[in-house]
Amino acid sequence: MQKTVMGYRRPNGAVGIRNHVVVIPVDDISNAAVEAVASKIPGTLALPHPYGRLQYGKDLELHFRTLIGTGCNANVAAAIVIGIEANWTKKIADGIAETGKPVAWFSIEGQGELETVRQACWKAQEFVQYATELQREPVPVSDMIISIKCGESDTTTGLASCPTVGRVVDELIEMGATVLFGETSELTGGEHLIAERCATPDVRERFLKTYHDYVSFIEKQDADLLGSQPTQGNIAGGLSTIEEKAMGNIEKTGTKPVVDVLEPAQAPTVKGLNFMDTSSAAAECVTLMAAAGAVLHFFPTGQGNIVGNPIEPVVKLTGNPKTAHSMKEHIDVDVSGLLSYEINLSQASEQLAEVMVRTMNGRATMAEALGHREFVLTKLYPSA
Amino acid sequence: MHKFLIHKQGDFVGVATRDIEANETVTGVFMDDNSTVEVVARQGVPLGHKIALQNLNYGADVVEYGQVIGYASTDWARGDYVHTHNLKSKRW
Repeated sequence: MQKTVMGYRRPNGAVGIRNHVVVIPVDDISNAAVEAVASKIPGTLALPHPYGRLQYGKDLELHFRTLIGTGCNANVAAAIVIGIEANWTKKIADGIAETGKPVAWFSIEGQGELETVRQACWKAQEFVQYATELQREPVPVSDMIISIKCGESDTTTGLASCPTVGRVVDELIEMGATVLFGETSELTGGEHLIAERCATPDVRERFLKTYHDYVSFIEKQDADLLGSQPTQGNIAGGLSTIEEKAMGNIEKTGTKPVVDVLEPAQAPTVKGLNFMDTSSAAAECVTLMAAAGAVLHFFPTGQGNIVGNPIEPVVKLTGNPKTAHSMKEHIDVDVSGLLSYEINLSQASEQLAEVMVRTMNGRATMAEALGHREFVLTKLYPSA
Repeated sequence: MHKFLIHKQGDFVGVATRDIEANETVTGVFMDDNSTVEVVARQGVPLGHKIALQNLNYGADVVEYGQVIGYASTDWARGDYVHTHNLKSKRW
């Protein structure tokens, strides 16, 4: 696998492969201002979302961590933060500013939206000129954070696309890179396999606590996940039980030890394979991983999930020959030859690694070219 | 040409890699050692769906990937189509 690509080195040393100027709303009612800035100043990227008012406790902490982490992501060159009032807006801007990248914040109360948009546009124009002058330079892949999550899985995921990702993940970790996996509910039936791979007793204990806390949470809702896990798409694709789905899912984590257990959107501090407590819903999971610093995502799909992310490019692969044909505008790498034995796992992982390198060097993924920018915040409980 | 794959020796099911028709004699390949097995399909099995490699009684654990993935919710025969009608989760 190629060890060096052309990327961006940020002032704090983090390495990215995209060069976004983002405009982040603190709250739902600032979406209009953010979208106005992005429509006036080409080259900026608005990240509208539905939350940010009257959240509290752990849910509010996660909101801040996700928005700050999104701005901190090394795929972001500069950030503008707009909120209804100054305190929370400044808090998010200050968090992003710790990376050393250009950040500005604006609050709407006291001056109205039009004046806020006017001021933010001036700053956005300046940031676009700053970002467009930055040059790609040789950067080691080993300095990057890569995330993995599959979706609309079927049995071909476990036979082909997830083992392909698993091979590449092992190689990335051997090179010294950091890889994030999550999907707490989708480990059900295979949680013992992840526990066995935890690097230390402490990591194992934290992993099992995270998993069991999740199961207790479901039970407290007086519910189970029958009908949701596996999903209707999973069942149509031949997956019969959550345990079977988990086995395929876990294939993509490769074989390396799990070195740490992260809260949702928490940035990793240990190189290697990190587990993050996340939903298995695609956009929520990828958004949390990008907020933790992931700059590229591998997304194996069976029946054809079409998710993208505004911050980190999502590279999709499938082992299902029907999906590869019928949904080809969404599939970056077709590994269906694994099912027919026309290619072997080494060849499949080489194909994926080659597309990974091209994507890191700047080539748009299918999801990027189609404009998929799903930015979906995780909400832990209702607001006050 | 094989029409289904089996993750591991000892698994109770294989996964169709092409659509399989009822009464068709089909070859499967074990992915761990590339050995083959022949099974007569008792029903049609669409691509991605599973075929039974052995008879199984109601309530027995079902093994795939060398791991328990659920239990047989009806008796099975070798060659049966296996899905949610005869394989249930042990979790929910």
